[in-house]
Amino acid sequence: MSTATKTPTAPDSRRTPSRAAQLLGDRRLPVVVTATLFLVMYLVGLGRYQNYGFGEPQVFLNLFIDNGYLLVAAVGATFVILSGGIDLSVGSVIGFTTMLTAWLVEKQGLPILVVIPIALGVGAFGGFLMGYVIHNFEIQPFIVTLAGLFLFRGLCLIISKESIAIDDSSVSSMAQAQAQLGVGFLSIGAIIALVVLAIAFYVLHYTRFGRRVYAIGGNEQSALLMGLPQGGTKIAVYTVSGFCSALAGLLFTLYIQSGDPLHATGMELDAIAAVVIGGTLLTGGSGYVVGTLFGVLVLGLIKSIIQFEGTLSSWWTKIATGVLLCAFILIQRAMTARKKT
Amino acid sequence: MTTTPRWRALTQHHLFWPVAVLVVLLLINVPFTPDFFSIKMTDGHLYGSLVSIVLFGSPLILVAVGMTLVIATGGIDLSVGAVVAITGALTCSYISDQADQDSLSGVFLALGIGLVAAVVCGLWNGFLVARMGIQPIIATLIIMVAGRGVAQLITDGQIITINSEPYKLIGGGYWLTLPFSIFVVAAVVAVTVALTRRTALGLLVESVGGNAEASRLVGIRSMRIKIMVYVFCALCAGIAGLMISSNTSAADGNNAGLWIELDAILAVVIGGTSLLGGRFSIGGTVVGALVIQTLTTTIYTIGVPTQTNLVFKAAVVIVVCLLQSPKFRAKVFGNKFGSGAGSGAKGGGTSAATPADTAPTTAAAPKMEVS
Repeated sequence: MSTATKTPTAPDSRRTPSRAAQLLGDRRLPVVVTATLFLVMYLVGLGRYQNYGFGEPQVFLNLFIDNGYLLVAAVGATFVILSGGIDLSVGSVIGFTTMLTAWLVEKQGLPILVVIPIALGVGAFGGFLMGYVIHNFEIQPFIVTLAGLFLFRGLCLIISKESIAIDDSSVSSMAQAQAQLGVGFLSIGAIIALVVLAIAFYVLHYTRFGRRVYAIGGNEQSALLMGLPQGGTKIAVYTVSGFCSALAGLLFTLYIQSGDPLHATGMELDAIAAVVIGGTLLTGGSGYVVGTLFGVLVLGLIKSIIQFEGTLSSWWTKIATGVLLCAFILIQRAMTARKKT
Repeated sequence: MTTTPRWRALTQHHLFWPVAVLVVLLLINVPFTPDFFSIKMTDGHLYGSLVSIVLFGSPLILVAVGMTLVIATGGIDLSVGAVVAITGALTCSYISDQADQDSLSGVFLALGIGLVAAVVCGLWNGFLVARMGIQPIIATLIIMVAGRGVAQLITDGQIITINSEPYKLIGGGYWLTLPFSIFVVAAVVAVTVALTRRTALGLLVESVGGNAEASRLVGIRSMRIKIMVYVFCALCAGIAGLMISSNTSAADGNNAGLWIELDAILAVVIGGTSLLGGRFSIGGTVVGALVIQTLTTTIYTIGVPTQTNLVFKAAVVIVVCLLQSPKFRAKVFGNKFGSGAGSGAKGGGTSAATPADTAPTTAAAPKMEVS
């Protein structure tokens, strides 16, 4: 939580430097647990619905196609959460991007190739502004990004109250383009999502920026005392998140080919849940972007299984997500508690 | 230099900025609707913009008051919206199953069931936070995500409508010329203020928020205090859920109380309670909730298209938060407010980025302020 990073005296801030050091040994454990869970769920699904085609490779690939946008959003959220902050504006920025794209393409007649950089730029700028306010005026990220949530959702409604369908031929050809993989195909959205994941992995683990993100999330005070350019990193983290949200919004637009002011409402919760299930500590400083991938896949698999089950209603997705979230939080807690003693 | 000490004392009062924003918002309405402040008596009921602001704001005030105590202990409760939905869904589904929906005993039992469910949610949150030591924001995220699913499960995905006169009273009825909800809110606020400011409870809550471990070492049962505030917050949310479902005579598992947790946190922050915990102001929270409701009403009355509502809200949030940020005041107003206004934490320094400047802020953050 954001506040815990700021006050060493805050309650429940169990994250002392020494514990972070102790954790080093099994930091990868949550990721492994999530990956195992994914495998087990997949195998159970395979056993249960084999006759209904669950075993098709395309069902597995569809996990990426159907959740590509969530993966991109969750990668952005991973950056913010690793730095010890939180970004509640993700869902709104996604919704706003779908709206902006649809409006620019359909109502203004701009070619999609011009619209893409505009949308990405707006998202990144929004993230930058939030980061700027968070850093320079020391207002809690929770509140600032909450304002961002309202702002972008409001801007959606200002563009149009109605949903805008996209009939542009270049957009639909992009949406329908498939990359054949022999056993199945991936959409452009899924490929972009995987590329984003790879870049995020590289940036977090092999660049100075990535180390700063971990350092600030681990202990802001220490990072400051070590002389890390904390402000720039913080602002950059929110810019990355804004950019990822906008990109996720573009993928979402491709995925459903329309803009709607209520698209992606509450998706920030899915993104945060994916990050947590992926083993990243919400206090920051510990976690892996690969874990986020598995978090997203697990959430996607829940949706697929509920579809295959057929008789379950959609709200079971929410309940299952909540139960999983709970289980993972308790696992994380048990792990850290055991390490402590 | 030119400011008188009295003016300075006024601007430093913790309720100054929230009340100022509220007054400005109320005054904005006057040019558009000249009889904004008038209150009419029709059919023995009082009507007027001010009455409706309080009436429509009452669920938010309730939730925000509960949230204040949670935030005062350094926590946060994201699950209140889901609790609102669950309480409404349970109560309405129980009432709708009854042969006689107007029977008092049935309604009371339904209220009891709803509130017990709310308390159970609160106990669960408190258990996770205090007993298991999980960060509040994640612990309450569980019910936030799953709770709405549970509410939809209870209502079977439908919107349950009921037709019960006694139940209607809570959120839509009148008593002594005023909406009944206002009395409920007044009672809850009065009890909360009495319990926190007339007894040591408020001090204990602030102490736990300031430093849970130190509080435990001086003999405060911080675990118990924490569980208590989460239960209280959920109970408030439960009452708000009853109010919302009673006002519309319907339970909507999907939309009841949607985003109320965000509005409530906003109200608390506008009211001047620090998200870091350690101090709180119930009065500020009530003012903050009224600011949010007044903003909505203002947008309707001045004829701005309603879809800009959210943008306005965002703007007000940012303005209020910036005004409360010592750093911002120091930068913009310079010495005028900056030197004294930082509630002691900051010396109006503009050298914002230096480490030495940031360190004292965090050290002084969990300050005690008994009002």
